[in-house]
This record gives sequence, C-alpha cells and structure tokens, in this order.
Amino acid sequence: MITFQKYVKAETLEEAYTLNQVKNNKIVGGMLWLRLGTPTYNTVIDISGLGLNLIEEDDEQYKIGAMVSLRELETNKSLNDYTDNAIQNALKDVIGVQFRNLATIGGSIWGRFGFSDVLTVFLALDTYVELYKGGIVSLAEFSKMKYDRDILLHIIVKKKPCKCVYDSVRIQRTDFPVLTCAASIIDDEYKIVIGARSGKALLYGDEKGMLSGGITTENAAAFAGELSKCVPTSTNNRGSAAYRSRLVNVLTERNLLKLGGLM
Amino acid sequence: MDITLTLNGKKISDQIDPDLTLFDFLRNHNCYSVKCGCETSNCGLCTVFFDDTPVLSCSVLAIRANGHSITTLEGLQDEAGEFVGFIADQGADQCGFCNPGFVMNTIALLRENPDPTDDEIRQFLSGNLCRCSGYEGQLRGIRAFLNSRKNK
Repeated sequence: MITFQKYVKAETLEEAYTLNQVKNNKIVGGMLWLRLGTPTYNTVIDISGLGLNLIEEDDEQYKIGAMVSLRELETNKSLNDYTDNAIQNALKDVIGVQFRNLATIGGSIWGRFGFSDVLTVFLALDTYVELYKGGIVSLAEFSKMKYDRDILLHIIVKKKPCKCVYDSVRIQRTDFPVLTCAASIIDDEYKIVIGARSGKALLYGDEKGMLSGGITTENAAAFAGELSKCVPTSTNNRGSAAYRSRLVNVLTERNLLKLGGLM
Repeated sequence: MDITLTLNGKKISDQIDPDLTLFDFLRNHNCYSVKCGCETSNCGLCTVFFDDTPVLSCSVLAIRANGHSITTLEGLQDEAGEFVGFIADQGADQCGFCNPGFVMNTIALLRENPDPTDDEIRQFLSGNLCRCSGYEGQLRGIRAFLNSRKNK
C-alpha cells in the first residue's frame, strides 16, 4: 500500500505544481493504480479541490476535467451519443461500478498505461490534453511523451462529424484486456487504435488509401491483414504475441465492418 | 490530521495518519460490515457510499472523506432489511463474506435504476466477486425482490 508523510489538498494549481516539482512528492488522482504498489512519498498532492471534476460542452468541443471519474464518462449521455456509445463500451468492463466511481480520466490518460481502454478509445477521437505548463497538445503526441512533473488539467475532445466503435478481448469480464481496438472516421479520415498489445495504445491511419472508396468486406479484411503485420505485439501472462497479432486482425476487421455499417 | 465527517448520519471527528485508508478508518469506528477481500480494488467487499456514490473504501484515503458523508451497511438497515430476505430465500449467500458489499451495491443499483433488466443487474454488480454462489442465486433473489415490489 502507498505510504506518505504528508497530505496536501492543493488550493491553487500553482501550489500543486510547485509541490509537484519536489522529487519525492506525487499528485494523486483516483489513486487506484498507485495503491497497488508499495511506493513511499513525502507529500501526496490532492487536486480534487481545483474544479477539475466537470464535463463542459459547447458547440465545438467537450472539455473534460482530469478528476472526472470513469463512471461519469460512461454515463454522460451527450458524450456517448457523440461517440456512438464507444466510450461506454470501452469503460463498462473496467473492474466494476465502484472502481469506476473512483478512477479518474486524468489518472488513466496521464498514466499512459499499456492496458488502458481509456487511452485506446480517446486516441480514436480528435482528442487533446491541456497541461498546466505544457499547454494544449494532441493526445497522440502526449501518449509518446516522457513522464514529467507537469499537471494534466483537461482532456479536450473536438466535435467533428464522427463515427466511432470500440471492442476488446478479455479472458474474463472485468479483467485487464488482452487486446483493445478502437476505430473511427472523423472528417473522412480513418483512425485505428490498437492497445494492450501489451504496450500502450498506438494510432494508425489509412496512409495507403485502402479504405478511401468506403468500407467493403474485401478492403476491411485486406486492411486488417496489413495492420496485423505492422502492429508490434508482445507476450505476457494474458496472451502471446502471435495470439495478439491474430486479434489485431480480427478486431480491426470487425470494427471496420461496424464502421461501414456492414456488421 | 484532523478529520470530521458524517458516518451513518452522525457527525464524528478524529485524528488520523494521512495515509490511513477509509476502510481502516471505518473498521476503527466499529463498522464491521465493511470487509477487505482483495486489497487490489477488485472484489467489491469494502463497498460504502461516499456521498451516496458506491466506492471501494480500501482505495480511498480517509482524509478525502473530510467534510463528506459516508454510509455503510450499518446505516442502511431499513433499506437493506427487506431485500436481504429475498437473497436468503434463494440460498444465495453461502459463506456470506461478500454479502455486505453486494447488498450495498445492489442498493446503489436500485436507487439509480429502480427496474433493471437481468443484464443491467449483471453489469452493475460485475465488480462484486463471490467465490461461493456462482451469482445465479443472487440474481434470482434480486429478481424476486423486484417482482415482489411490483406486485405490491
């Protein structure tokens, strides 16, 4: 279990940021991942009092505070209508309701975890993160950045004409996924995201234009076959690299067929 | 650190270590319905209401409950009383260790969705693990409770 000497509920972002520059201090979100290890910190910084627990929406975007729980995302009607329930599908098997009431989107996105359903589905949308010092960067770029001592404030999802689907394979419901796959078409641009490879999610596009004439059963199968050859996969106790590569093929084809209304 | 919260309707104050979990705090205050099964945020045994929202008390810092309202099964005897009879009638609780967390989360479900389908029940309770029952008896118990409520 996590141990620490001091707890500070930050009253301003600057206070949280300053405290977070000290090496042995740590910002906590839902704290669910941190508690699984046995880390020792000097000061734990709680940012739950900084107004980062809101889902704000206007004509152009959703602005989701870092402390918004996964359950709030899962039950947000507008966000799920916009994503064809892809967010709900991605989150519904994350442990249980009580867990998702605690886990935050900020903790999930900041962690850039290899097993993350959250990272997978948000990479398939037109998503950006707002960092306190680092400003606004695309989620695709953020997912490749090294961990630093900035603070993640918001996740921003731009509203564009969008269709999105999500699927995952789990050994059993509520377990970590063996593979995750999200696919979307936004402004006529395809995005395919493969996560739990077992590394963190990677975003792919249709660079060769294989899907440019619209999705058919033939080009979906061909695209999925090509993708399964280039997505790097590895082995862990949930599945082998070869099994995961096969799943890349199957889930990508299925999701493309769903996107094209063929399944 | 000083903490003041409302526990099962009563305001209490205490001094705690900053890294004390809500689970340990509640056990220290005689809420023995709250049990620890996995300590990895998986099993749902330690479910309590944090301002009416079901959470895993093993994964919440007690200090985060400062100024909030916490409810355990000890504070929901009336709401739980009728329902648990239906669970018992189905022989659904064998060793009974998971039962308090299961009952807490079922109450949360029925407050949010008073007339759930079987799939909605399974989905909502998927974070409550039971190693005895296979879950079917519990599902039958909830269904019998809901049918009884409809027939009243």
